Amino acid sequence: MSSTKEEAPAVRVLGLWASPFVIRVLIALRLKGVEHEVLEEVVGKKSELLLRSNPVHKKIPVLLHHGKPISESLIIVQYIDEVWSSNAPAVLPADPYVRAVERFWAQYIDDKFPRGIRILKGTVDGNKDEIVEQLSTALQLLEEAFLKLSNGKHYFGGDNIGYLDIALGSHVGWVRAVEKIAGVQLLDAAKVPHLVAWADRFCAHPAVMDVLPDADRFVEYSVKYGSFFPTRSSTTK
Amino acid sequence: MDRQEEDEDRVKLFGFWASPYVYKVEWALRIKDIQSDYIEEDLENKSDQLLEYNPVHKKVPVLIYQGKPIAESEVILEFIDEAWKHCGDRILPEDPHERAMARFWVRFGKDTLSPPIWKWFTTQGQEQEAAYAAAVEQLQILEKELDGKRFFAGEKMGLVDLSLGPFSYIIPIYEEINGVKLITEEKLPSLLAWMGNFLNSSIVREHPPPMDKLKLRCQAIREAFLKNTS
Repeated sequence: MSSTKEEAPAVRVLGLWASPFVIRVLIALRLKGVEHEVLEEVVGKKSELLLRSNPVHKKIPVLLHHGKPISESLIIVQYIDEVWSSNAPAVLPADPYVRAVERFWAQYIDDKFPRGIRILKGTVDGNKDEIVEQLSTALQLLEEAFLKLSNGKHYFGGDNIGYLDIALGSHVGWVRAVEKIAGVQLLDAAKVPHLVAWADRFCAHPAVMDVLPDADRFVEYSVKYGSFFPTRSSTTK
Repeated sequence: MDRQEEDEDRVKLFGFWASPYVYKVEWALRIKDIQSDYIEEDLENKSDQLLEYNPVHKKVPVLIYQGKPIAESEVILEFIDEAWKHCGDRILPEDPHERAMARFWVRFGKDTLSPPIWKWFTTQGQEQEAAYAAAVEQLQILEKELDGKRFFAGEKMGLVDLSLGPFSYIIPIYEEINGVKLITEEKLPSLLAWMGNFLNSSIVREHPPPMDKLKLRCQAIREAFLKNTS
């Protein structure tokens, strides 16, 4: 390619550490052992590079691969899996049916959790009791899905974390944070014991631990920037 | 293979005659030349089978493959492409970057384009005008992406075409009912041409949507919405 001395790294991520959608991308890159640079956006002020790279939605995360932008966290995760397909482990399962099941649940997770978390955080208006019930039901269904998909192993993906682990696990930081902020219990060991154990394992995984901080850091972030988040429901991740 | 195994191996599709999501799946099955059994659901009176196969959303379409259910149309489309990789045309491109772009535009259609179009169809007055403007804005983005191509995927239909395809017959119905054009030659020429290419494709002509019944249904839907808000 170019021979200038200051070449941009091949893989760059535009993001914010506290965004679960950004966290997904970082986990996938770490899992695959892909060298990358993270460009942390300034809260409340979108960079020129972000606006140029994602002109349609102007949102993070954006992956820049040799300068070509890819947006939408789950799309980026699949892209990473396909480009670095020779790097183990595989993120998406090999079997088309199991892939379909994981994609189904990933979509379900993004339909329920982001909005629910915003309401419990207090940045969007809503009925908190109703949301707690909805999220508890969602977690119950995911507990059952975990039992079926993990087949006695540690993760949704089996022996290693995969697409669905990343899709749900990336929300664990904020789920635990809103438990403290709203004084509610979501990851309740009495109701979803396998998910609670899974969440601990997930957070301790080498590809995850440095990019998914403790709940307290998310709580601090919420206190500091709570009013920053857009109040209309945003759907792009 | 005995009769029972044969039956379990049949691909089945639970659907509803008016659902564009079901049509997308049916067209995808045709692209891959997959034989399937179709089961029409009465959405006012859902079958036990449907509720068992899709307990989470209780919706159509649901594809049954070797006795196992798959729900959500976009998930089903990708599944069809992967499970029948070597049959018929590919629905998604091979290149990872192109695949990512195809998935991006599918999300765009669902999350960004559909809401204002639906709002334009189900409201009136200022709210409707605002929705119209928002819809045009999003359509202009799509127009730029299409840029005179025959289909979003190029010379042949692909994932984005299948996913956005229903707009090509739904928008004209809405335009007729609302009495105003949303997609014009003058403002959105590529999209207008694409709509024609889509509807005239052999896949769609072999299995066209029931336009007359749909118009009546859409009319009733709009009237119900306006009644509820007045």
